[in-house]
Amino acid sequence: MKRKELGNEYTTALIAVGLGLLAGALLMLVTGNNPILGFIYLFSGGLMNIERIGNTLATATPLIFTGLSVAFAFKTGLFNIGGAGQMLIGGLCATVVGLTFAWPKPLLLPVVILAAALGGALWGLVPGLLKAKFNVHEVVCAIMMNWIAYWSVYYIIPGYFKGPYLETESRRISAAASLKVEWLTKLFNGSYINLGFFLALAVVIIIAYILDRTTLGYELKAVGFNRYASEYAGIKAERNIILSMVIAGACAGLGGASFYVGYASNMQIGVLPSQGFDGMAVSLLGANSPWGVFLAAIFFGILHSGKGFMNAMTHVPPEIADTIIATIIYFSATSVLIEKYRARIRKRRLEKGRTDLPLDTGAGLDETVGGEG
Amino acid sequence: MDYVVEMLKIRKEFPGVVANDDITLQLKQGEIHALLGENGAGKSTLMSILFGLYQPDQGVIKVRGQEVNIADPNVANTLGIGMVHQHFKLVHNFTVTENIMLGMEMTKGIVIDHRAAAKKIQQLSEKYGLNVDPNAKIEDISVGMQQRVEIMKMLYRDAEVLIFDEPTSVLTPQEVNDLMEIMRNLVQEGKSIILITHKLKEIKAIAHRCTVIRRGRMIGTVEVGSTSEEKMAQMMVGREISFEVEKEDREAGAVVLKVDNLSALNNRKVMGLKDFSLEVRSGEILGLAGVDGNGQNELVEVITGLRKAESGQVMLKGTDITNLSIRERIRMGMAYIPADRHKHGLILDYSIEENMILKNYNQEPYAEKGLLNQEAIQEHTGRVMAEFDVRSGQGSIALARSLSGGNQQKAIVGREIDSDPDLLIAVQPTRGLDVGAIEYIHKRIVEQRDKGKAVLLVSLELDEILSLSDRIAVITNGELIGIVEAKETNEQEIGLMMAGVQRGETA
Repeated sequence: MKRKELGNEYTTALIAVGLGLLAGALLMLVTGNNPILGFIYLFSGGLMNIERIGNTLATATPLIFTGLSVAFAFKTGLFNIGGAGQMLIGGLCATVVGLTFAWPKPLLLPVVILAAALGGALWGLVPGLLKAKFNVHEVVCAIMMNWIAYWSVYYIIPGYFKGPYLETESRRISAAASLKVEWLTKLFNGSYINLGFFLALAVVIIIAYILDRTTLGYELKAVGFNRYASEYAGIKAERNIILSMVIAGACAGLGGASFYVGYASNMQIGVLPSQGFDGMAVSLLGANSPWGVFLAAIFFGILHSGKGFMNAMTHVPPEIADTIIATIIYFSATSVLIEKYRARIRKRRLEKGRTDLPLDTGAGLDETVGGEG
Repeated sequence: MDYVVEMLKIRKEFPGVVANDDITLQLKQGEIHALLGENGAGKSTLMSILFGLYQPDQGVIKVRGQEVNIADPNVANTLGIGMVHQHFKLVHNFTVTENIMLGMEMTKGIVIDHRAAAKKIQQLSEKYGLNVDPNAKIEDISVGMQQRVEIMKMLYRDAEVLIFDEPTSVLTPQEVNDLMEIMRNLVQEGKSIILITHKLKEIKAIAHRCTVIRRGRMIGTVEVGSTSEEKMAQMMVGREISFEVEKEDREAGAVVLKVDNLSALNNRKVMGLKDFSLEVRSGEILGLAGVDGNGQNELVEVITGLRKAESGQVMLKGTDITNLSIRERIRMGMAYIPADRHKHGLILDYSIEENMILKNYNQEPYAEKGLLNQEAIQEHTGRVMAEFDVRSGQGSIALARSLSGGNQQKAIVGREIDSDPDLLIAVQPTRGLDVGAIEYIHKRIVEQRDKGKAVLLVSLELDEILSLSDRIAVITNGELIGIVEAKETNEQEIGLMMAGVQRGETA
C-alpha cells in the first residue's frame, strides 16, 4: 500500500517533468531552434564527462539540503520558506569558524560543519518557537528571518572578515576549512564536487531513517497529519513543531556549508541564496520524501549545469532551462490536477464496456411497475 | 392511484459498488413515507437522485404521473421537491427572513422588499404552526428553531414534496415531538413527506408507510400500522436484532473518577462548565445525558486533559490529576473514545497499524530505544483487529481513511479497550453507525463494566443512555441538573431534565 502510493507520487512527478520538458521543446521550436539538438546539449552539458557529472552533483548538493529542509518541515505540517536565511547563516557560521581557527583539517572541518548546522538550527528555532507558543505563522516569521540573515552577513563580513580586494566579499577560507578535498577533485578531473555531496547523501539516509523507523518520526508525522489526534494521544504538538523547524533549519544550514565552504570558498554580501527557495521546488517535485528530494535535486542540478553548454553549442538561450524548471515547478504545484485527471482516466477505463447498456431499456420499465402499490 | 413521486426500478452504480439496485419508491399524496436503512444502504444516494444531484443509470422518475428528468437541484425545486438537510445550510448572522428568501429575494424596484417577505413568512408560519419569528437572527435561535427555518425555506419555495434527512438527530425529545406535530400539520395541508431515518420509534410514531432498503437493494414497502418494530429492524439488518442490551445487576465498587466543583471555559471563552461534580465508580456505567453543546465536551476535555480547568479538581483513583499531562493520565489507566473519530480518534493518513499504537508508540514492545518495532506493532494490530472485528480490504496496512465508519469506530474502541483501562470515557461511541455495529459496541462497553471498570458514557442518543447506564447524570447549560437511577426513570423525565427542569418540579 505504502509503496504503491509512493509510486503514484513518483509517476505524478515524472508527468510534471515530462510536461516541463515538452514546454521547453515548444519554446525552442517557437524561437526557431531544434529542440532535439537543444536537449541533447542540455543533458550532455550536465552529464557528458566525469568532470561535468561532478559539477552537476556539486550544483545539486545545496539543493538536496534545502529540499530536505522543506520536506522535513512539511511532514510536520509546516512550510519552511526560510531555507535561504538558514542556509546563509549556516554559511556565515561555517565561514566565521573557518576563518577564525587555524586548526588541522580533521579537527577544523567537523567544527565548521557543526557550526553551520547549529546556525541553521537557530534560524529554524525562532519561527518554530513563535509558531508553537504564540501561533505566529511560520511563513511570515521565516521570511523576516531571511532578511535578518541577509543583513547580518552584510554587517559581519565587511566588518570583520573583509577580503583583500573587495569590500563586498570575505577572505578566502583555507583549504583546511573547506569541504573540497584534493583526491575528490582529482577523481572528477578538477570539478567542483566536494565532501558536501556525501554529507548530503548521509543526511538523506538519516532523515529517511528518522521519518520511517523512529518514534520521533512517528510523532512528527502524526502532528503534521492531525494535530488534534496527536494531542488526544498525549503527543506534545508544540515540542514537535519546534523540533521539526530546528531539524529543518539544521539541514538548510548544512546546505550553507556545502555552498559557501565547499562549492565556493568565500562569502559575498547582498545575496540571498536562490537555492534556499529552489529547495521548495525540489521538495515539491520530490513529493516531500527524502529520496524523492535527492533525485529531484540531481535533476535540477543537471539542468542548471547543462544550460551553459546548451547555450554555447546552439542558439538556445540558457533561460530556456530556467523556463523548463519553472514549468516543472508549475506542474508539480498543480499535481492535484494531474492526479484528478489520472483518476478520471482510470475511472473511464473501468467504466468502459459497461456504459451505455441501460438508459433506453429503462424507458419501457414504467409499464411493468406502474400498477403496483 | 395518485402518486406524487414515483421512483421506479432505480439503479445507480459507482465504480466498484452498486449503490442502488432496482429500487422502487412510490410516495402518495399526503403521506409520510419513511425510508429506512442502515448507513451505507443507499438511502442518501436514492434521495440525491430524486434531488437531482446524481443521475440514475437505469429507471424512471415520475412526478405527478409525468416522467421527468431531474438534471440538477434547480429542476427538483421547480418540480416542488425540497430537502431539509441533516446539517443546516443557514447564514448565521442573517435574520430568519433573510435566510429564507436568500436566492429568491422579492424586490421593490432595486431594493429588497423585506416587509413583503416577512409577511409571507408570518402567514406560512401560522398556517403550519411553525412559530418562527421572521426577524430573529439565526445565531440567537435554538437548533430546533433553525430546523423550522429550513422547513420554511422549502414552503416559501412552494415545495409539495419534502424530504427530511435524519431530522431528529439534533433535537431534544420535546423538540422531536414538536417536529412530529409540524410534520402532521404539513401532510394535513396536502404536502407529502419522505422521512429518511434509522430510528424505528419515530417511524412507528409518525409514518404511514415505510420502504426498507438494505445494501442497495429494496427489501420491501410495508404499512407501518400493521408492522412491528422488530419486523422492520429485521428487514433493515437482515437478521434478528436484540434491542435490549443484556446487562445484569451489579454492585458498583470504589470511586474511580471524582470530579469536584469543576469549571472550565468553552471555545468562546465563556464558562461552559460550571461547578460540576460527579463520581464514577468501578463496575458502573454512568451516562451523561444532555442536548449537544451543553458542556459535555468541556467536561470530557477537562477530564482527559485536553482543556484547562479554571477551578475545581479531577481525581483518578484518589490521585489529583487536574494538572497532569494527557500522557500521564493515559498511563494512569484512562481510555477515551472521542466523539469525533476523524478529528481526534484517528490519524486518517496513517495506516491501521500506526493508529493502533497512537498512545503507546514509544513503549515496549512497540518501540525500543526510539526505534519502532514493526513486527510487534503488526502482531498487536492483527490481534486487536481480530478481536474487535475490524474489517479492511487490505489488512492492517490499509490507511485508516480507507475504512468504513463502522470499522474506524471499532478500531478506536478496540485500541482503547485493549489498553485495559480503569476508566473508560466513551463519547458518542456509536454515532452514525448501523444497528449491527451499535449492538456490537454496546456489548463491549457493558463487558468493560462487568469487568469492574468505571465507564463514563456521554451520548446525545437518549435510547443509548437509557439502555446502557446504571446511573444517569443530566447536564444543561454547563451545570449538573441531577443524577437519577437508570431503572427508576424514563425518557420523559430525562427529556425534561435536559430542557433544564429540575427533578420533582413538574407535576
